[in-house]
Amino acid sequence: MVNAAYAIVALPLAGFIVNLIWGRRLGEPVAGWVGTLAAAGSFIATLVVWVGMLGHAALDRVRDLTVFTWFPVAGLHANVGLLLDPLSMTMLLFVTGVSTVIHLYSIGYMHRDPGFDRFFVYLNLFLFSMVVLVIGDNFLFSFLGWEGVGFCSYALVGFWFQRDVAAVAAKKAFVTNRVGDLGFLLAIFLMFAHFGSVNYGTVLGTLSHGHPTGLMAGAPGAITGTTATAITMLLFLGAVGKSAQIPLFIWLPDAMEGPTPISALIHAATMVTAGVYLMARVAPMLHYAHATSWVIACTGAASAFVAATIACAQDDIKKALAYSTISQLGYMFLAVGAGDYVDGLFHMLTHAFFKALLFLGAGAVIHAMADRQDMKQMGALARFLPLTALTFAVGWLAISGIPPFAGFWSKDAILSAVWGMNKALWAVGVITAGLTAYYMSRQFALVFTGRARWQEGRARWQLLAQQPGGAGEAVTDEPAHLPAGGHDEAEPGLPAAPHVEDYPKDSNWLMSAPLVILAIAAILGGGINFPAWHLDFLSGFLHPMFPTAVAVAASTATKWVLFAITLVVCLSGLSLGLNVWKTADHAALEPTALRRAWFFDDAVAATVSGPLRAASSALAFVMDSRVVDGAVNGVGTLMALSGKALRRAQNGYLRAYAVGIGIGVVVILTYLTFRTGA
Amino acid sequence: MSVPGPWYLVLAACLFGIGATGLLLRRNILVMYMCIELMLNAVNLTFVTFSRMLNDLGGEDAVFFVLVVAAAEVVVGLGIIVAIYRRRSGATADDINSMRG
Repeated sequence: MVNAAYAIVALPLAGFIVNLIWGRRLGEPVAGWVGTLAAAGSFIATLVVWVGMLGHAALDRVRDLTVFTWFPVAGLHANVGLLLDPLSMTMLLFVTGVSTVIHLYSIGYMHRDPGFDRFFVYLNLFLFSMVVLVIGDNFLFSFLGWEGVGFCSYALVGFWFQRDVAAVAAKKAFVTNRVGDLGFLLAIFLMFAHFGSVNYGTVLGTLSHGHPTGLMAGAPGAITGTTATAITMLLFLGAVGKSAQIPLFIWLPDAMEGPTPISALIHAATMVTAGVYLMARVAPMLHYAHATSWVIACTGAASAFVAATIACAQDDIKKALAYSTISQLGYMFLAVGAGDYVDGLFHMLTHAFFKALLFLGAGAVIHAMADRQDMKQMGALARFLPLTALTFAVGWLAISGIPPFAGFWSKDAILSAVWGMNKALWAVGVITAGLTAYYMSRQFALVFTGRARWQEGRARWQLLAQQPGGAGEAVTDEPAHLPAGGHDEAEPGLPAAPHVEDYPKDSNWLMSAPLVILAIAAILGGGINFPAWHLDFLSGFLHPMFPTAVAVAASTATKWVLFAITLVVCLSGLSLGLNVWKTADHAALEPTALRRAWFFDDAVAATVSGPLRAASSALAFVMDSRVVDGAVNGVGTLMALSGKALRRAQNGYLRAYAVGIGIGVVVILTYLTFRTGA
Repeated sequence: MSVPGPWYLVLAACLFGIGATGLLLRRNILVMYMCIELMLNAVNLTFVTFSRMLNDLGGEDAVFFVLVVAAAEVVVGLGIIVAIYRRRSGATADDINSMRG
């Protein structure tokens, strides 16, 4: 059964290659089905491997399959190898599962887009890279996947590259991630310098027993706390970039320019959680780096809080969800920092379900609203999109932390673990939970309840259309009713304006089925780690992977009190959001500072375009045009001059060449004679 | 009674020298070509001579190779010479210097 692991990696790659070569000829919808089947096959293969793994004892579940040696260089043996253990299996199950569902949704969502086949090429390449990232048995191979998902994210954010905004957002995502990747690379170098290996097994010592051994126990390559701190800090820099935490979070909201299934899959459910996965992977090392744990916890808490406040003041339905993703990722890092890896991963799972659900629901809304994303222009959609509203409501309650939905269980578990670490961080977490409930209720209220604000523009438009000879004007007049946001232009290739008779309606089954599947997962997802009656499957499954928690577990009584406090905060946030946002205009609640993301973007822009640009151009002038260009041009000039001098020898006279040959022969013969004679 | 080996070697050296001188001094391509043949056959003569002096058939083997290569060379070379004659009157080697650097 272990051999099915090859299929997990190979199927998305095969789907990618098939669509790359024949995608255009397969066309719509076959290319989409090829991609979806590849993802589904990968998911089934993961299930097979997982079932096989469950057949082994808890401490005997680690398998390392070496496919081939990637490159052996001076003591560095980088393998293409697959590491199967409970941690990678947990990740793979939800990555391939959510991926399959979103592939299916995309067939409906990308309908009639001219880049239909290209979309699925990228999507399968993304899945392949993500699987490589998770399943790789050494840091270098994982880094390959890490860069691969980064590239796919770039390609898919800029999928509609005809639009400047999308192209710029893609570039921003890519460049911001490079900063983090620098940290990851340096960490790999440091690891190699210290351990002489980049294998997870060797570096982390988990392969033999499933327990961290040999790291400090006097084994060769035992590391000091300083080295562990340096390596984990650098890795965390990579994680901050990939998972959009402070200070590198600025790319994620802009990444919402990509098609909505991409926002759901890459920028909510899977890729952005890679940072959390990485930190969980190096948990045995984090065990010796308390400083890093603190930095992770504080960064997580700060990101969670800051992003939640920003989400309270966003008008764009997808941007609000993007900030919410940053905030939820902050929770996961908070859990990792507190040493509660299991609950960090638990929250990653539940978040994948409900956030993918919310994004896909947002996609359905955007489709129904003919590509408008401004929530202030929506309202009362529950009447027109009953199924979307119902499933969105599940996601909303799940992320708000209302029992018994999935988000509640994981968030509560994290908060009670953080309580044992630091009370202040716990307080930030609880306040953020309240804010989360508030901004999500605001979103739900603005989109699905209240007045149908989109109808006001439409009514006038209809009126104009009915006036004699007014139809032409009416069409040109229509955009005037749309808000002057940057996201309201029609996505290319999709029908632009709604027909007058059209009312927004639920999507077809291709887009609805994934909503229902994810909604069920978001309701029941908490069951995989239920904190009572020995139903905590996930903890039992993952437990051998992690060192014992640093934080002291809270007592049962304390847990109940904490639970009550969190629930009260969440419920008040919920009712506040619902009641306030029955109407759409409350400018006082949306200060400019929050609307503009605490001016973080502006500060970065000012730094980059001011001092940094000056320094760069100075460097470009001195270094590039003088030193580098000088060296390159110098070599060229040298060659040209020597050629000019030597061309005289080629005079074209046969006898000159004959003399040359003759002299040459004499010289060689003389040399040979005297050499052998000596 | 037979002619001693060194006499053949001297003859071969003379032939080679005549060929090399002709190659360098004459301008007519056909004559130059004949000079090359002369040099090749001078070499053949030394091969055969040494073969007889040392009682080793290897030298005569080598002659066959030289003959074969010379024949092939003649085929190619004459083809080129004929092509040159078609293009221009006469065939002075010094006129054909269009490949100079």
